[in-house]
Amino acid sequence: MAQLSRSPIAVFPGRFTEADACRLLWRGGFGPQPGQATELAALGLDGAVASLTRPAGPARLIGAPPHNDKGQALDPINVWGDDHCWWLDRMVRSNQQLIERMTLIWHSWFATSEQASNAALMIRQNWMMRSHVLGSFHQLLLDVTKDPAMLLWLDGSSNNKYSPNENYGREMLELFTLGADRGYDQDDVHQNARALTGWTNEWSQESGPTDFHFDPTLHDDGVKTIFGQRGRFTWVDSCRLAVHHSSHPSFFVNKLWGYFVGEPISASDARALERTYVEAGFEIRPIVEAILRHPAFYEGARLVIPPVVFCAGMLRASRQTIVTTDWSWVAQETGQVLFQPPNVSGWNYADWLDTARWAGRLIAVNTALEDRTINTNSVHYPSGETPSQAVANALHYWGEPTLSARTRANLEEFSRRVQRGITATWEVLPYREIRQNALRALIPMTPDWQTA
Amino acid sequence: MTDRPTPDPLLTPNRPSVSNCCDGFSRSQAIRSVLAAGRAPVDREWDPRMPTPAGVRIDRRRLLLGAAGGLLSVYGAGRLGLTDRVLGDGIAQAAANQSSTSPILVSVFLQGGVDSLALLGPAGDPTYVKLRPTLAVPATSGLSLREDPSLYWHPSASSFSQLHNAGQVTLIPGIGYTDPDMSHFTSRHYWEVGVTDAELETGWLGRYLDVVGSPTNPFQGLSMDGQMNPTLATAKNPVAAIDQPDNFSMYINGVWGGAFEWAMDSASSLGDAQRHSHDPAIAQVAQAASEVGIVRRTLKPFVNANGGPAYTSPVTYPTSVASDFPQRLAGLAAMIAAGVPLRCVALTTDSQFDTHSAQVGTFDPGIKLAADSLAAFQADLEARGIADRVLVHVWSEFGRRAQENGSNGTDHGAAGTGLLIGSRVAGGMLGEFPSLGNLDVNGNQVENVDYRGVYCSLLEQWFDQDAAAVIPGARSFPRYQILGTGAVTTSTTATTTTPTLPLGLKRS
Repeated sequence: MAQLSRSPIAVFPGRFTEADACRLLWRGGFGPQPGQATELAALGLDGAVASLTRPAGPARLIGAPPHNDKGQALDPINVWGDDHCWWLDRMVRSNQQLIERMTLIWHSWFATSEQASNAALMIRQNWMMRSHVLGSFHQLLLDVTKDPAMLLWLDGSSNNKYSPNENYGREMLELFTLGADRGYDQDDVHQNARALTGWTNEWSQESGPTDFHFDPTLHDDGVKTIFGQRGRFTWVDSCRLAVHHSSHPSFFVNKLWGYFVGEPISASDARALERTYVEAGFEIRPIVEAILRHPAFYEGARLVIPPVVFCAGMLRASRQTIVTTDWSWVAQETGQVLFQPPNVSGWNYADWLDTARWAGRLIAVNTALEDRTINTNSVHYPSGETPSQAVANALHYWGEPTLSARTRANLEEFSRRVQRGITATWEVLPYREIRQNALRALIPMTPDWQTA
Repeated sequence: MTDRPTPDPLLTPNRPSVSNCCDGFSRSQAIRSVLAAGRAPVDREWDPRMPTPAGVRIDRRRLLLGAAGGLLSVYGAGRLGLTDRVLGDGIAQAAANQSSTSPILVSVFLQGGVDSLALLGPAGDPTYVKLRPTLAVPATSGLSLREDPSLYWHPSASSFSQLHNAGQVTLIPGIGYTDPDMSHFTSRHYWEVGVTDAELETGWLGRYLDVVGSPTNPFQGLSMDGQMNPTLATAKNPVAAIDQPDNFSMYINGVWGGAFEWAMDSASSLGDAQRHSHDPAIAQVAQAASEVGIVRRTLKPFVNANGGPAYTSPVTYPTSVASDFPQRLAGLAAMIAAGVPLRCVALTTDSQFDTHSAQVGTFDPGIKLAADSLAAFQADLEARGIADRVLVHVWSEFGRRAQENGSNGTDHGAAGTGLLIGSRVAGGMLGEFPSLGNLDVNGNQVENVDYRGVYCSLLEQWFDQDAAAVIPGARSFPRYQILGTGAVTTSTTATTTTPTLPLGLKRS
């Protein structure tokens, strides 16, 4: 097992239990498959974290390949919604869960929407981000800055010396590297936009936006003053100046921490991580490894799992893969469509639920149960099942998730209520099947599961 | 170190991914007609610069819910009726206490920063034409402003012009705040919370609901965006989010009749028990689950047996494949007419107004849909005889740079345009059109009406609420005349289908 980097902050001192492993799998991946938390717990904290942050070899997708409702292979570049399902499938099947989870984080961090480009360019961006997930943030920023989907999304390829366009230059500072109003002003934005001029692209009949390149004749090579420094800055300088700005390390550490831990980082931990980040040359992995071992990760408040993690998690827990592209529009109902973040600041991780999106999650549960619905004319379903056994059977279906006593009691009460409530003769025969279908739907909707 | 990912065989491009920006418009029309027929397009054959129709997945969802509703009605029939169900006490109580004149404020957010110099422009002003070589509003006959005939409405905003001429729009051509922030997120946040404070986590209407609202009626603050609208974010009282009343129907595969109702009750009661959990994540889920129970029972009358709307509108709303904004307004009018106890409602347009490039392609259809939909909503309320209860506040996070950029678009600006719409508004103009000869250091228009002053005035004149309890520093902001003094006209009620609210909920 590869060695972890030394953590500059506190490390969780307790015994690494199955419950801890579960949390690690939900936050560093897309939830456990049945039995996976037990296996991970046996590795101990360092072993478990290293298995996520330092996976060996290329990722493998385990299990049946995804297909659409007609049994055809997905066509993510050409068919509506297949792009969402294509990535969702990687989340479900990849044996390198943290790599996919970090890719999702960068997708939200550098939120780009295909509404400005197309699926081919979005997926190209997705591979680019996946190749940098735990590497250098500086390199990631450079590649994002010249990424075709981003150049279209924030008008980078419309920004030239004749007609500067501030869109990318502003969001790069505000949302990607420094934070709003943290050590720059409108003049810095303007000068940064000048430094970023020169990227352009062609448009072709066959393939739409194409041939993204830097054209020196479109670049404003005059002297700019950015953050008080003067020079004939280019886009490379722009990225360098942003990551070396004194506001950047704190922005980076706070934002990354927020994706993993439910409470704010302490000032001293933040300082320590910022120092490590700068000393490591803006490497992401040491910071992630420290966060995944911090006591607050395991002992702190719960987090609502994001919708796409919720969907992937149900499929993992019930050992299913993608057999319908309904997942793409279900995503809309739950409030998280991959490649279509709501705006350039990405998804709001503090606000995943309200009445409408709760109803959307119930649609997702139905989709996950679609092919598993027990036929109410079935004669095979155990006829002697008690209310408690019904709950136990439904929990077994989902890989034995841990529920609070209160939640379990609530489900058992429902189970008894169904039994009591049979009044019509037609209801007597199918009620166990109906009850089991309902219990299976209710479990992922519990607060316990949704904040797993 | 991370291995480079192996290329995914699924991703081998086997045909051009996008095509043809030359005849993009006709292609986009073709795509939209496919969408209108309720089918998903099989490829992306349109101008890649054309924004993806925002409502693209909505129709499919409707089809599915429609089918599910049908299924439930077949199996559930009488058992799904509300006769034996008890509505949330808060809803019933709020509806019963609601007077037929209780005021409702509808906040409509035009997202992205509307270019107010494209909405309304001094067409003959040489400075304007110089600043806007391609994006100047033309001098269209019939679209000039009565208060200032040198100003013209954009032709796509003719519905606003008509409402304004009828005295049903108060135009605020220079609304904003000092030290304007040109970040979408910061400035939008300032507008949502009603104070220039980046840290505040409650919306200005949310705080109003915390002062006057009920701890048990989520309809008092209703987002019709399909998700929470931050303007309505409260600290304690519940609010709800739906998109259309008839879309809020639920099902569980293979579960029907009493068992379905009990299952939903079970989920809601788990929410009721934990909505005040000390763990914020548990509380967030529990609160949603708890409120779903109330919302679903209240909205049930708005869905017919086929899962479609159980209401009709007395006027025709615009339709757009890219947006269900007009249909959300139609549903809202039906809910107001049915006596759903609403106080504050918030909607966001699907159209994006962040027009950094190729502005006419998005601004023109976007503003037309907004204007035509809001005009239909006003006509609907009048036809139902409830127009006096409703005031619509239209806003955007900022205006845009006076000088257009080189991409046939405009960058972020400062002062923008706001509108107040309704039968009881004062009409005319609040403040004045900000002079193009007096731009700020960034080349943006300067505000002359403070948005917080408008909020304070709305609270005091529309809601009869002391603004100081809601808007920090309320006393320091100017007040404006929001409501008209003239007699109020009400038209006759047209024949429409309005759902009957169960259990004695009062219809207005």
